[in-house]
Amino acid sequence: MTTMNLSRRRFIQNAAAAGGGLMLGFHVPVSRAANSLARPITAMPEGVEINAWLSIDPSGLVTIRVPHTEMGQGGITSVAMLIAEELDVEWSKIQCVFADANRHIRNNREYKVMSTHGSQLVRLQHPHLMQAGASARERLKEAAARQWGVERSAVEARLGELISGNRKGTYGEFASAAAQIKLDKEPAIKTPGQWRLLGKPMQRIDIPHKVDGSAHYAIDTRIPGMVYAAVKASPVPWGTLKSYNFDAIRNRPGVIAAVELKAVPGKRGQPDLQNAIAVVADSWWRAKTALDLMPVEWDGGESAKASNASYYREGRAALNVKGTPTKDDLKAIEAVQTGKKVVTADYERPFETHARMEPINATVHVQKDRVDVWSPTQDQSAAVLLVADQLKVDPKIVFAHTMYLGGGFGGNGGGGTGVTRQAAEISKQVGRPVKVLWSREEDIAQDKQRPMGLARLSASLGDNGLPTAVVTRGVWFSQDRINQVGPATADYPLFEMPYSFPLRHHDRHNLNTHIPSSTHRAPGANQMGFMQESFIDELAIAGGWNPLDWRIEMTKDKPDWQLVLKTLKEKANFRTDLPRGQGMGVAAVECHGTIAAACATVGVSRRGELSIEKIVIVLDAGHVINPHAATEQAEGSVIWELSHAWLGGLELENGAFANTNFDTYNLMRINQAPVVETYFASSGGKKWGGLGEPAGPPVPPAVANAIWYATGKRVRSTPFVSHDLRWT
Amino acid sequence: MAITLTINNTSHTVDVEPETPLLWVLRDTIGLTGTKYGCGVAACGACTIHVDGQPVRSCQTPAASAVGKKVTTIEGLSPNKNHPVQQAWMEVGVPQCGYCQSGQIMSAAALLARRREPTDLEIDAAMAGNICRCGTYQRIRQAVHIAAKKANL
Ligand code: FES
Ligand code: FES
Repeated sequence: MTTMNLSRRRFIQNAAAAGGGLMLGFHVPVSRAANSLARPITAMPEGVEINAWLSIDPSGLVTIRVPHTEMGQGGITSVAMLIAEELDVEWSKIQCVFADANRHIRNNREYKVMSTHGSQLVRLQHPHLMQAGASARERLKEAAARQWGVERSAVEARLGELISGNRKGTYGEFASAAAQIKLDKEPAIKTPGQWRLLGKPMQRIDIPHKVDGSAHYAIDTRIPGMVYAAVKASPVPWGTLKSYNFDAIRNRPGVIAAVELKAVPGKRGQPDLQNAIAVVADSWWRAKTALDLMPVEWDGGESAKASNASYYREGRAALNVKGTPTKDDLKAIEAVQTGKKVVTADYERPFETHARMEPINATVHVQKDRVDVWSPTQDQSAAVLLVADQLKVDPKIVFAHTMYLGGGFGGNGGGGTGVTRQAAEISKQVGRPVKVLWSREEDIAQDKQRPMGLARLSASLGDNGLPTAVVTRGVWFSQDRINQVGPATADYPLFEMPYSFPLRHHDRHNLNTHIPSSTHRAPGANQMGFMQESFIDELAIAGGWNPLDWRIEMTKDKPDWQLVLKTLKEKANFRTDLPRGQGMGVAAVECHGTIAAACATVGVSRRGELSIEKIVIVLDAGHVINPHAATEQAEGSVIWELSHAWLGGLELENGAFANTNFDTYNLMRINQAPVVETYFASSGGKKWGGLGEPAGPPVPPAVANAIWYATGKRVRSTPFVSHDLRWT
Repeated sequence: MAITLTINNTSHTVDVEPETPLLWVLRDTIGLTGTKYGCGVAACGACTIHVDGQPVRSCQTPAASAVGKKVTTIEGLSPNKNHPVQQAWMEVGVPQCGYCQSGQIMSAAALLARRREPTDLEIDAAMAGNICRCGTYQRIRQAVHIAAKKANL
């Protein structure tokens, strides 16, 4: 490992410390009041490493190495809470650094998982994170027991102290001895009834850095000798570069080079790298200005004929053809074909872009024996592997510096998008550290979008107004049919509907598109949850049922659904008798193991202007370790989904997106934002669901259902803003 | 071309094209990275700074136009996170990813400088130019009210 000189270390703020984790520019605040300041990292003590997750210094300060990323979901705080719960240490005695992805790769995936996605940090990683804390605590107790000549069971560990009778020591005093101890048997982790810290609302550790500009994101990376690249890929994804004229811009101020980037053959499944052209200059503004002025010609190929209209045409045709069954039942199909009263409806949603606030970027410094990467990735270990793959070097010489993410939302998974490959390639070619930054226009054009989707749902009704059978068909588009939003996620809300239909048949079509797509906050549930729950309202109303009572009736055998829906009924005061122009709507969708129900209150003026006044959310994730962060995530998820469903939607024309920036792709703003009220109805037990995404999916259908009550108009596609909602 | 700018009460002489947006001079030339790039077309507010106390979108402000004026960025808003808006932001826990928040805070600080006790409607009007993809809007409203109280103490 190269040792960096001091001035550079100060500059980078997160140089890899010899033998340790990556020292980051953040430090845990000492209290929930969040009024503490980050310590300068040069003063940060390392202490003795007890295990990969934590070190303790002589003063008892515990340094926790956080293997996950922070996108504002409270990941750092969750990891710290899980470990501190078991270690039994005062919150003020903890500081956090990001764990070293290189070490993880070098030591055979030492941190088990570094990826942060699928709302899984707490629900799936809590056992081994708590184990790391519990194991350290027992080793500290064992060290004290040996010195004091007592049994380990006679030593108590409490808030950083070890106590046995009238003997007392601190974790700091026994850290070195504990580091040498091997336990015969790992201790069991605590059960929820034993928690002292978990379950309490904690202010997030990263907050103080996010009010004064000191939080460092990948886009803020500055290293000596760094140059900047602006990139343009084929506006029609997978098109080819016909020509470019570097001579036309070569003499502009600061311009250094033009670099042609080629699509990686065989990598289309994970569209890491498109055919693209980059201009490198001594500042990003100069690079971008020159790139915009450079004559460039593209060949979009066959895909240049594609449009929203052409894909919708294809999708609608597929709705008439039986697809691949996920649950095949001819009797259900028959019942729906021959039923006395049948309800059928088709739903559609366009491609949606992530538009996380930090535009896609990466900085890579390729040197002979070392490569450094600063990328806004949700998985820094994947960034290491991706860059090693691009450069054909040993991953052991690749160091990824974990930075705060300016949003991820599923779009920054894996290696942190193709931009990381671009930066590696350009740095290799120009022989200098390079920061590649996509303009917002490029970010929208080249994002891995949420796939377009359609669905048809049909059900036959019995005499009591409840369904006798249901048939669903989901259709979604994925690039080469091999992208991440595949069979696992795309249409599961349809075939996993919790309702007790006596007969059910579900099938699907995965259609081909040239548009790269990927996971997108609450994948599948975000889109087909809308179709599922809009249809349920249509079905309930056709059968003469109150839609909320219908859902309660149809989940009678599922206690957790009963808990969520009855809590919603109690909290939301759902009514179907509001005057024209006002409406309430409900919906419930399960996602990442969490049931989320929503009740929306809307107003629609006679002129058809929609206002969304209030959203009540009820969540059952089994357990909630930090209600404060979980509530924030619920609020954020609501706005996220509403933004897409009300205002969003990409327009594909001639193979490329017509929306270029935030002036042509509308996002929800504060004056449009509803009040959000969040409740947790936790069923406990073995259930551990995620909380970073699931509150979103029930919100668009709840709003669409409310619009029907307000106007009598059924909205079966998004964005809502494209519908005529006028009423008289 | 060399131009001299006063940023957070410090004078900086930089060699840039005069039409270079102030955003890039701050971020890349001077190294004040707290001000963020979101759209470059004055549509998101991530780049909001104060020029002579007025909130402006630095992505659409030519560097030369700030010569002789007082530029304040998030780094210069207070010496120690002690501006009432920053204090309220921490108390409520407004930021999620945090990326938009420099811009939000600068817009809110400018609002409070001209309205001692803004209503929800006034907050919405003043802050509508600042997009937050993490959806922190209701906490922003709440925090602006708290900041107003703190400022008026
Ligand atoms: S970056 Fe200036 S308003 Fe968006
Ligand atoms: S806090 Fe993430 S965009 Fe506003």
